[in-house]
Amino acid sequence: MTQTPERAATSTSGGARIVDFLDAVQRKVQERASTLPTVAALIIFVAMIVYGEIAYGRIVQFSTLSNLLINNAHLVILAVGLTFVILTGGIDLSVGAIIAFSSVAGVMLSNAGWNPYVVILLMILIGSAMGLASGILIQYFNVQPFIATLAMMFLARGLASMLSTVPERLGDDSAIRAFATQWKIIDGPKVNDLVVTPGVLIAAIVVAIGFFVLHRTRTGRTVYAIGGSEQSAELMGLPVHVTKLWIYVISGTLAGIASVVYTSRLGIAQNITGIGWELDAIAAVVIGGTLLTGGAGYVLGSVVGALVLGLMNVLITRDGGIRPEMTTIITGSILFIFVMLQRGVIGRGR
Amino acid sequence: MNESKSNLERVRAIIRSQYFWGIVAIFLLLLINLIKDPSYLNLSYNPTTGAFVGNIIDILRAAAPILMIAVGVCLVIATGGIDLSVGSVMVVSGAVTMEFLSAANQPDSIGAAALAILLALLLSTVLGLVNGVLVAFVGLQPFITTLVMMLAGRGIAKVITEGQNTSATNEPVRWIANGYAFGLPVVFLIAVAVIVVVSIVVRKSALGLMIEAIGIDPKASRLAGLNRRGLLLTVYAISGLLAGIAGIFATASVMTVDVSRTGYQLELDAILAVVIGGTSLAGGKFSIGGAVIGALLIATLDKTVLFLGVPSSATPAFKAIVIIALCLLSSERVRSLFRQRRLTTPLTPKETVPS
Repeated sequence: MTQTPERAATSTSGGARIVDFLDAVQRKVQERASTLPTVAALIIFVAMIVYGEIAYGRIVQFSTLSNLLINNAHLVILAVGLTFVILTGGIDLSVGAIIAFSSVAGVMLSNAGWNPYVVILLMILIGSAMGLASGILIQYFNVQPFIATLAMMFLARGLASMLSTVPERLGDDSAIRAFATQWKIIDGPKVNDLVVTPGVLIAAIVVAIGFFVLHRTRTGRTVYAIGGSEQSAELMGLPVHVTKLWIYVISGTLAGIASVVYTSRLGIAQNITGIGWELDAIAAVVIGGTLLTGGAGYVLGSVVGALVLGLMNVLITRDGGIRPEMTTIITGSILFIFVMLQRGVIGRGR
Repeated sequence: MNESKSNLERVRAIIRSQYFWGIVAIFLLLLINLIKDPSYLNLSYNPTTGAFVGNIIDILRAAAPILMIAVGVCLVIATGGIDLSVGSVMVVSGAVTMEFLSAANQPDSIGAAALAILLALLLSTVLGLVNGVLVAFVGLQPFITTLVMMLAGRGIAKVITEGQNTSATNEPVRWIANGYAFGLPVVFLIAVAVIVVVSIVVRKSALGLMIEAIGIDPKASRLAGLNRRGLLLTVYAISGLLAGIAGIFATASVMTVDVSRTGYQLELDAILAVVIGGTSLAGGKFSIGGAVIGALLIATLDKTVLFLGVPSSATPAFKAIVIIALCLLSSERVRSLFRQRRLTTPLTPKETVPS
């Protein structure tokens, strides 16, 4: 990212130095080609913030940015889970439906007088169980990831609908709501406060753990190796089978955690919650620079991707002149532009 | 296919073929219905309308849109791609039809109907072409391209109808969805005709082989002189066109387009139908017959769930269980259990050479 000023400086000096410098840049870029999409996502995120600030104002301020984090904490958690799955070259389409099932079940149990902490644990375990089921189907019965998680998606959505088809309201005094307590870090003028909720903290912890596991442990190396070439990974003696099972459990568990965070924030659970979130999460991961074919990508990139999507929604809402029917078209086009931009960047890097 | 095979081997080959289990599942579902109501399969002839009436006919009618999108998606999957946008193309096509008819001067004329359908199919094909251009010429992953189209398609439909659920009245269009010819529903006959045309074009020419070649190895097929881009474009356009037909079917039966529910999640039904039919999602082979059976299975499943009085909100769960069961039945691990371990080829290479 520091290339631009340097290039500007050298353009005034001798031709040989420019060539040398360009060579060096090219080598650098080639060495780190896989980081480029993530860097691009980051640049685009910053550009969106700058554009939003100039065009609509009130973007770079504590309240907007903390709301961005609070409102997208669940998406960040989902994106971390999907990063694992997509890195291995798989896909998990069930996360949105798991959130629906887990939150409806959680709210109903909580309203029925269950201990809130038991309920929270159950909500997370529902996710883990669903993930485990997909993992077993994929790993031991050779079902394609797409189909197995699609079946889980139908199953979870159907189970949620069987429980209830109307919005279920979480009791006002439920301890689950504690996850949405707003902690003021900096008390700004008027409502311009820097606010953090436990949900955001959980998301941050999930990101940190995800980062550590992927980039600092053997499991993480195995995940990348499977994405690069599953057969080679197996021939190298890596625990491919167990790891593939685990990543779906991780993805399901994180969906369960996302469900707790989301339910606590909204206080309402419904069987249609989370429709299309699997696509949002996939988009976040892809925007963040993870290849859909697996093998390359970063957890932090996915976080940026999730925030880009969140910011995009903020900008669309701020614009106001955009008809609500247009939102999905804009979402689609922006997602498309991102993919195009990244392809351009990768193409130049190679 | 081999003539020299003995009958026993041929039976074994049929059992091993993926869509055998699809047929078994259809019969099982019909059997469940039959147990619940012994007259379930009864067909009666209504002489005034000249039509057969019965649950089977209802299933065939409901299967028509799923058949259309399943065949389209089947071809796309054979190239190693995926088309997630069929449901959204359906709603666009339905929206165009209804919006055109409700604004037409003589809304009940055949001319208006023909124009509306032509316009709807044209726009659907264009959407398919956009997918095709992005995949073939821009080189985007099919998954992402059609995902974007899926998001944007529903938005386009909402823009066309301005967010309303437009209704229209037009007897010819209504007839397509609810009418009868030769005693059978018109939709089903049209669907069969389209499938027959597609199968003949694909299987009696080299087109099918070329589509499979792209799915097996794009590089090799290009070296062999195949026009990969042209073929991909064609396949995505066909998928869009078929989805457009399905959209007309789906909206014409109630003559209303519901912008948020028409075709909703039908892309998943289509993909499931294709996979049940034995087409691998990895691409490289396809079976239109299998996709047809898959589509019929899903239509039967929908009707069975309704018939058994399971709340319709539970349909997805029921579907999922059937699908998981099918996947398990067709997986090598379970089948080898049935085969008493005669076949011992492992699925994946075992741990090799530790040193």
